[in-house]
Amino acid sequence: MKVNIYLNKRVAVIGAGLTLFRRRLLETPQEIAWEAARKALDEAGLELRDIDCVVIGSAPDAFDGVHMKGEYLSHGSGGIRKPVSRVFVGGATGVMTAIAGWYHVASGLCQRVLAVAEEKMSPSRPHPQAIFKYIWDPILEKPLNPNLIWIFAMEMHRYMATYGIKKEDIALVSVKNKRNALNNPYAQLGANITVEDVLKSEVLVWPVQLLDVSPVSDGAAAIVLASEDVARRYTDTPVWVEGVGWTLDNTEWPARDLAYARYVEFAARMAYKMAGIERPNKEIDVVEPYDPFDYKELHHLEALQLAKRGEAPKLLKEGVFDIDGDIPSSPSGGLLGVGNPIAAAGLMKVVSIYWQLKGTAGKMQVKKPVHTGLAQAWGDLMQAGTVIVMRN
Amino acid sequence: MGSFLERIAILGVGWYGFRPTTPEVSFREMVFEAAVRAYQDAGDINPRSDVDSFISCQEDFWEGISISDEFAPDQIGGAMRPTMTVTGDSLQGLVHAFMHINSGVADVVAVEAHSKVSDILTLSDIIKFAMDPIYVRSIEPKNFHFIAGLDAVKFMERKGITREDLALVVEKNKRAGLSSPRASYASNISAKDVLDKDFIIYPLSELDIAPFVDGAIVVVVASEDVAKKIKKDDYIIIKGLGFATDSSNIETADLGKATYMRVASDMAYKMAGITSPRSYFDSVFVDDRYSYKELQHLEGLKISEEPSKDLREGNFSPQGEIPVNPLGGHLAKGVPLEASGFSLLLDAIDYIRQGKIERALVASWRGIPTFTGSVIVVEKP
Repeated sequence: MKVNIYLNKRVAVIGAGLTLFRRRLLETPQEIAWEAARKALDEAGLELRDIDCVVIGSAPDAFDGVHMKGEYLSHGSGGIRKPVSRVFVGGATGVMTAIAGWYHVASGLCQRVLAVAEEKMSPSRPHPQAIFKYIWDPILEKPLNPNLIWIFAMEMHRYMATYGIKKEDIALVSVKNKRNALNNPYAQLGANITVEDVLKSEVLVWPVQLLDVSPVSDGAAAIVLASEDVARRYTDTPVWVEGVGWTLDNTEWPARDLAYARYVEFAARMAYKMAGIERPNKEIDVVEPYDPFDYKELHHLEALQLAKRGEAPKLLKEGVFDIDGDIPSSPSGGLLGVGNPIAAAGLMKVVSIYWQLKGTAGKMQVKKPVHTGLAQAWGDLMQAGTVIVMRN
Repeated sequence: MGSFLERIAILGVGWYGFRPTTPEVSFREMVFEAAVRAYQDAGDINPRSDVDSFISCQEDFWEGISISDEFAPDQIGGAMRPTMTVTGDSLQGLVHAFMHINSGVADVVAVEAHSKVSDILTLSDIIKFAMDPIYVRSIEPKNFHFIAGLDAVKFMERKGITREDLALVVEKNKRAGLSSPRASYASNISAKDVLDKDFIIYPLSELDIAPFVDGAIVVVVASEDVAKKIKKDDYIIIKGLGFATDSSNIETADLGKATYMRVASDMAYKMAGITSPRSYFDSVFVDDRYSYKELQHLEGLKISEEPSKDLREGNFSPQGEIPVNPLGGHLAKGVPLEASGFSLLLDAIDYIRQGKIERALVASWRGIPTFTGSVIVVEKP
């Protein structure tokens, strides 16, 4: 298998934009997509007429209640009389949107690409969980009426049992991320909470409790990617996309090793190979792993080879992943603190790394100097991993 | 827009179905059948070791599954590999494959698209869900074809096209389909049969509207260097490609014109270095899911400024100057949802492999209520 031995073109991120992440935003999906797109264009110093191609990311169509959601969102994403397409890998879509934006430019097809991710979960009635009733195999699983939190509870349980991890060790992720989110002006759920608060919160499906979980959110994110010559015309501080990777495991999640996200490891290895990274825990300065549940951040840090299997909780306790630690993790506040409008949340992680590497993350800026950052997302039936590595 | 870096080649194709119902297979089994045939056609390659990335083209609502991407990898050999979904027409998926190859991510890419439309009990309601929820869906259109009706009337008035012209398109394509192995809806009808039918929506009768069909298609593409190594000269070159969306909002899109085809084809022609499309191509395989759309698309593609005149003079017939849908198009084959573009591409490949033509234009539309088109230029190496 060939995995990007050479790069045809260097690609830079030169602008980014986010909307507020909130429950029940009043704007339409098209309107929030445009708000994020406009901000990204402004930061890049470009107008819509300068954009060659538009890439859209959005997760299940049913959240917005619109069939062919990419077509619907194209107008709000600036995709008018231009090549527009939508990519989709479930919850991993946000980072895939950035990856697709990258290959639009790296292939030579386009020079300036607007990549927009949008999600409105709150229109779902009575609750977005109703949408997740229809993600299962229609013959083998749907008749059992599984609940999404139920399968993640199994995964969390398995992770804890395999490595002897305690609930209070995992709760530290929620404490860290919600605290980091206090510095993020777009965040929905920034808070100073304690491990005790997490352990006392409502049990949803044991061992998953309310404060272990990211909220229902609406929001949009956008970035502008450009070829090297264009990027150098518009900015002195381009942030280069140096590696991308994505992997989909098979559909049969009950047969999967729930204690370890092998598909994320494969995606990371693809990105590391491309970026020339041999020792990720020494070379990655800042990381935004996907954290829709607190245990998932630890799970993903291990799959990304930033901690050995089962040892992420120990490093977390030692402060390695704190904002002033050796490898700050989720300095944005992550999905637990900023919110989880699925695809937009993944692209928000890319935006966070971009701002960190550019040095414009404001109060979110990590304490140590950073040169290499990584954003990762995860999705589908615990089977999709998407990874992007960027350098300044 | 950037430059064309490396030509890509079609190594192999496989298909299954093209029948109104396929009760013997699930959609995943149908894709598996098509994939096995495609890999065999591509030189008996092993997808687990010889294919670098996999692309599925599908939409959640058609499948009745939220996050239908979950079900993409297994049947095409894409598990634990770079597999992703493009929620668009299969030709858009093909452009993503082109980008995977040209960005250096892959040498060989498999692209899958399918339709299990016979599983959908409420097709009309699903299509209405694609309309803007505030400005269009809320008017509760009785019939989703109404957008096509408005578009057709405006186009016909602008170009002086009559109902008889539309009926001639139906007659031509349904008859041409009799020579296709995939045309469940081919028949030896006359324009009069079409004109005798009641309107579904003015000016379109039941026979002016292509029905839907089940089917799965897998296309394997590679860089030309790899194609030469595997298949010597037994491959087909993709010389240019493009795709575009006009506007997703009906009130701001160009009704009566296929502007999306104009933008997409300009991109493809520029890439392929084509300045006179009419004289360049031996044949055209274009979306005709409504009879008027064939003519409208031919105008958008710069194949004909006066499509009704060319039609009446027989220039578009299988024996004409520039055959259009000589294997019947969607009116004879049916519309296999996201696989629509690939079904037109399959016809073009069949025609090239049979030695009837050397260069073909393939152009697909995403259907109501979209204004999105994709174009590719294929030819013998």
